Amino acid sequence: MAGLAASFGSGAMTNSIGELENTDCILVIGSNTNENHPVIAARIKRAARLKNKDLIVIDPRKQDLVKFSRLWLRQVPGTDIALVNAMMQVIIAEKLYDEAYVTERTENFEALKETVAKYTPEYAEKITGVPAAQIIEAARIYAKAKAGSIVYCMGITQHTVGTDNVKTLANLAMLCGNVGIEGGGVNPLRGQNNVQGACDMGGLPNVFSGYQAVTDPANREKMAKAWGVENLPDWVGMTMTDMLPAISKGGIKALYIMGENPALTDPDADHAIKAMQQLELLVVQDIFLTETGKLADVVLPASSFAEKDGTFSNTERRVSRVRQAIHPVGQSRPDWQIVCEISNRLGYPMNYANPEAIFEEIRLVTPSYAGISYKRLESGGLQWPCPNEEHPGTVYLHKDWFAKGKGTFFAIDHKDPAEMPDAEYPLYLTTGRLLYQYHSGTMSRRAVGLTEKAPECLVELSPEDAAKYGVASGDQLRVRTRRGQITAKAHISHKAVAGTIFIPFHFAEASANKLTNAALDPVSKIPEYKVCAVQIEKA
Amino acid sequence: MSKATLNLDGMTVEFQPGQTILEVARSHGIFTIPTLCFLKDTTATGSCRMCMVEVEKARTLLPACATVAAPGMAIKTESPRIDVARKMVLELVLSSGNHNCLVCEANGECELQALAYRYQVPTPSFANPPDTKYYYESDNSMIVRDFSKCIMCGRCVRGCNERQVNQAISIGYRGSHNKIVAKADNPYINSDCVFCGECVQSCPVGALLDKNSMHQGRSWERHQVRTTCPYCGVGCQIDLHVKGGHIVKAMGAHALPNEGRLCVKGRFGMGFVQHPDRLKTPLLRKKKGGELEEATWDEALDFVAARLKEVKEKHGPEKIGGWCSARATNEEDYLMQKLMRAVIGTNHVDHCARL
Ligand code: SF4
Ligand code: SF4
Ligand code: SF4
Ligand code: SF4
Ligand code: FES
Repeated sequence: MAGLAASFGSGAMTNSIGELENTDCILVIGSNTNENHPVIAARIKRAARLKNKDLIVIDPRKQDLVKFSRLWLRQVPGTDIALVNAMMQVIIAEKLYDEAYVTERTENFEALKETVAKYTPEYAEKITGVPAAQIIEAARIYAKAKAGSIVYCMGITQHTVGTDNVKTLANLAMLCGNVGIEGGGVNPLRGQNNVQGACDMGGLPNVFSGYQAVTDPANREKMAKAWGVENLPDWVGMTMTDMLPAISKGGIKALYIMGENPALTDPDADHAIKAMQQLELLVVQDIFLTETGKLADVVLPASSFAEKDGTFSNTERRVSRVRQAIHPVGQSRPDWQIVCEISNRLGYPMNYANPEAIFEEIRLVTPSYAGISYKRLESGGLQWPCPNEEHPGTVYLHKDWFAKGKGTFFAIDHKDPAEMPDAEYPLYLTTGRLLYQYHSGTMSRRAVGLTEKAPECLVELSPEDAAKYGVASGDQLRVRTRRGQITAKAHISHKAVAGTIFIPFHFAEASANKLTNAALDPVSKIPEYKVCAVQIEKA
Repeated sequence: MSKATLNLDGMTVEFQPGQTILEVARSHGIFTIPTLCFLKDTTATGSCRMCMVEVEKARTLLPACATVAAPGMAIKTESPRIDVARKMVLELVLSSGNHNCLVCEANGECELQALAYRYQVPTPSFANPPDTKYYYESDNSMIVRDFSKCIMCGRCVRGCNERQVNQAISIGYRGSHNKIVAKADNPYINSDCVFCGECVQSCPVGALLDKNSMHQGRSWERHQVRTTCPYCGVGCQIDLHVKGGHIVKAMGAHALPNEGRLCVKGRFGMGFVQHPDRLKTPLLRKKKGGELEEATWDEALDFVAARLKEVKEKHGPEKIGGWCSARATNEEDYLMQKLMRAVIGTNHVDHCARL
């Protein structure tokens, strides 16, 4: 989300889910929405099927939304920048862009124009494999729409060029005056239910809650005062994708992990496990004994969402209540109580009567949450920024001006993924989620129905590749990359494009992240889960 | 420009062009027009004829849900003539199935039952014989289809096709043999159904059931808790139905952002909460290389605090990291980063936003 913050001044979804039904054009790129965000997909499908809006899908896989689309561009994995640059080249050359908007609300347009000039549709066709005529058509549809919304997800961010991918989408949206209007925007869909909230709350190495930089002395002073401490660390911490490798170099000696399972979800999971074994102290707090928990010195049983009060913030910045429905299971305790107990034992008393008391403190130190209260949330969620109690919440961002003032165009060139197919590893591998499973599977694999529909890891491959390798659906396949190998059943599917296989990452016994490349985007530190080179053979 | 008006039960009321009589009535506080086939946000089919009202100068009664309001209309929503018509609809509907509320899951939350009670229509004597065979499907772990209760209102089909746009079911076998079918009349599990459960939530009677909630008590024995889905970032609002400390089922709440919709995870994915695998006590590995053993909270918490202190003193706070969680609440993530920054003194704080 670093990309959007650089372009607009805020990394959050600019517009709201409900607006998707009222936009004129929806461009879905790098998001398998129907499986990963089904209820948002319902809105998109309603727009396309029932309200006659234009849907453009850009995806190497023939995902479910394709059958609702007016246009489907099937690009070679990892070539999104070339494709979108070419769309912008067309839009500028045909003068379809919003000149007044570009002049008044943005900066650095000339640099963009210069860079995209060479991405003629014919040039981009060579890189992306998408016919030039389709690129031109997509450009025209998006540019001519009164309000156009771009929807993306991990298919854009999980690349070594993820940040640049996002900036490129921001470029396209600004070029057509689509940011700061109803039904427009650049809309990253967050994977897990409270990713947005965890970011908002300062669960990041560089900011306190509300994206207040830890490097700014004024912020540190304010927070130190609110928290009653002398001083706060002024350096930017490590991301989790940097912390794990740092362990073997002695950079990290103790980790306290709340509700995460890096032994399964980390790219290059084998290395993550070896690293965590070298820690002097590993504390894992979770509702189940996860693969990571098994490595820990202490495992603390946490209560699930149904056993506690609190709030979650969804992908459209909407803060909604979580309400306790049942008593904590066993001796489990809500995470907040456990953290308080540890703090008390470390000599810093945390005595909150309940989650509402914590939320009152959050409001006090977090300007974008200041106007939200449990009382107001009784009548439904509120979207931040919500600076005061009278404020109705913000449905779409950047109206009239960008969070950072002017929106910035970034001139960006195409770069190949960190690992490209070669003679030894001739296929692309991309990873992702299934409708019926969720993340590392610790929750979804314990729900009978979900497991009935998606019981095991499948390797999805195209009929062409199946013929080439003599594979039938149901055959055991050995899948190998430079980092590791797994064995799983083959599933021949028309969703797959020749030359690319797809593996979901929910299954510990065939962990796709044993295969993926830990190469990181230099800015966001997001690993390249979406492309690496792979070989397959019948097991 | 003066607003369009019409006469509704003797009151002159304004309405928006394009509104149906039902919408006009509801927007003016009249919620007593009974409906069965009407489903919000979908095409009005006007098929059940339950919502008949009298419109002056119209020859026949008109379905309120499918009749667009016109300026100057004079509408009666209740009258003896309307009562007769509505009773007739109920008798026909009840006679076409096997309605035995004693053992029906929907008892207490069934729209047909509520209307039969309101209009005092008993199961008609000309109903199908009790041994009539109806389609019954129970071969998947999530949804049961019991068509002895189906009234062919078509709400499930419109919920599936228009609210979720999953296009998995349709009305098959036109004529008197018609039936709701999934892909060439297959069971759901062998069809395009993605188990979002919209059809179950749309069904006004007990023909489509959440299997996990069957025989788990009557609706009036449960209470509902409005909360937020723990799976993906859409943040759907869910009403959890709880009985005796157990989650019986999950229904989509009519609130933003989902307005009643859920996907298979939010609807049928709650089994993890009370799964036997849940961690019930703290576990502690007293020596490196030893086994994880059950411990008391005090032992575990004292251990964590003592070891954190030790590492901090020996190596410095910058050797300690704390991970927030994309599944914890805002309050919990806030406290975790506060603990790390204010108490330990480290900014190595992160969570898996990137994964
Ligand atoms: S569907 Fe309704 S009317 Fe029919 S048996 Fe069940 S509760 Fe009674
Ligand atoms: S569960 Fe969902 S997809 Fe399946 S038939 Fe019902 S509404 Fe359609
Ligand atoms: S299954 Fe339910 S919703 Fe569908 S037609 Fe029958 S009664 Fe109506
Ligand atoms: S119900 Fe489905 S779409 Fe809605 S929040 Fe839960 S997982 Fe996401
Ligand atoms: S509710 Fe109006 S005809 Fe069925």
